[in-house]
Amino acid sequence: MYFTLLVVVIITAIALVALALGIARAISPRSYNSQKGEAYECGIPTRGRSWMQFKVGYYLFAILFLMFDVETVFLFSWAVVVQELGMYGLVSILFFLLVLILGLAYAWRKGALEWK
Amino acid sequence: MFDFSIITGWIHGLLTSFLPLGVATFIECVAIGGCLLLLYTVIAIAMIFMERKVCAAFQCRLGPVRVGPWGTLQVFGDVFKMLTKEIITIRHADKFLYNLAPYIVILASLLSFACLPFNRGMEVLDFNVGVFFMMAASSIGVVGILLAGWSSNNKFSLIGAMRSGAQMISYELSISLSILTIVVLTDTMQFSEIVARQADGWFLFKGHLPALVAFVIYLIAGNAEVNRGPFDLPEAESELTAGYHTEYSGMHFGLFYVAEFVNLFIISGVAATIFLGGWMPLHIPGWEGFNAVMDWIPGFVWFFGKAFFVVGLLMWIKWTFPRLRIDQILTLEWKYLVPIGLVNLLLMVIVVVFKLHF
Repeated sequence: MYFTLLVVVIITAIALVALALGIARAISPRSYNSQKGEAYECGIPTRGRSWMQFKVGYYLFAILFLMFDVETVFLFSWAVVVQELGMYGLVSILFFLLVLILGLAYAWRKGALEWK
Repeated sequence: MFDFSIITGWIHGLLTSFLPLGVATFIECVAIGGCLLLLYTVIAIAMIFMERKVCAAFQCRLGPVRVGPWGTLQVFGDVFKMLTKEIITIRHADKFLYNLAPYIVILASLLSFACLPFNRGMEVLDFNVGVFFMMAASSIGVVGILLAGWSSNNKFSLIGAMRSGAQMISYELSISLSILTIVVLTDTMQFSEIVARQADGWFLFKGHLPALVAFVIYLIAGNAEVNRGPFDLPEAESELTAGYHTEYSGMHFGLFYVAEFVNLFIISGVAATIFLGGWMPLHIPGWEGFNAVMDWIPGFVWFFGKAFFVVGLLMWIKWTFPRLRIDQILTLEWKYLVPIGLVNLLLMVIVVVFKLHF
């Protein structure tokens, strides 16, 4: 039942894009000239490659995010049962969060959160 | 209270009375897809119209007034104009990824849109892990945006996509922490169940201070998640022309635009559902007459009213504050919102464990 609905939604999304692009392709004009194929930059031809090495700061935040996102996965499964666990749940998650906060504090101290 | 499952049950009974079950299910699936598509586009159009009018009001202008009564047909005109524009793929782009990106962005947006409970019995995907699924689905959108920026082979697009990626993954953390706060309070992740628990008071009021803090964090992070407002760095028009969709033309661009607006609606809809009670009317315990009158208003009116109230709040923020820099954005998230969110989560656990909530 749920799986069927999930497939229906996915097909609907694909159909929406395909329909919109299909209609646009069918009724829009088409013309070709070599200037049109150029990248839109500052009016002069592109210098160098656009697929280049990029600032490492973005990747640093991606790694930090990974740590916290996996943590969230664990926290969600804990959050559903915390009312039954009571005090035990609170104490055990305190240790879990302590390790995480130490990780954040370490990254902060090392200057990983500074944008340079 | 108006229950939409009466209508769906009646349709199901009618179809199965003269058709085999398989065919009836197929027809129902097609009908669900069609309704979803219609609702998605109608909400996108309504949001674009609202954005223009609100923006105009903040800038002491009138906004669209010429096309149709009060300019209501302006957006339809824009859609048709966009359909008649040529779809260009630039020469050096990675053709496959370039064409794939809008599919992923719309897929993520529609999947999370289908999770919203519009009324009692009027939700498409109502998993028991609903909140978690919604967040997982909406985070696929980052992949689409990064693909769009990377495959365009344009420096503006690449910078826009990288900024967008860093910003969206960072703020997703705060969103999940603030949603977790409510999940701790409800001990369920199913949207319909979360709404049902708010029959005797919305979580914004039931959860004391932690729920209020979570709501504010959610609004800030949600605004950043959809790349709007003071966080519209990825498509800062004065620096990057159009950010990650610089190279997309016509309907290709239109799909990104639609997804952005519907994502704003989804953020507001989730805020309305988990903090403001979703389709649940305003109930005050003890006031029987008042509750009866409120129950008389159908649930989807409440849902859309609350959702558009939050949308209006976010638009107010967008047109009031100047744009932030990338380092300010990341500082705000990692040095303020994440620690506050973690402490807030612990506070909520203490409230729940010692039964301090109403």
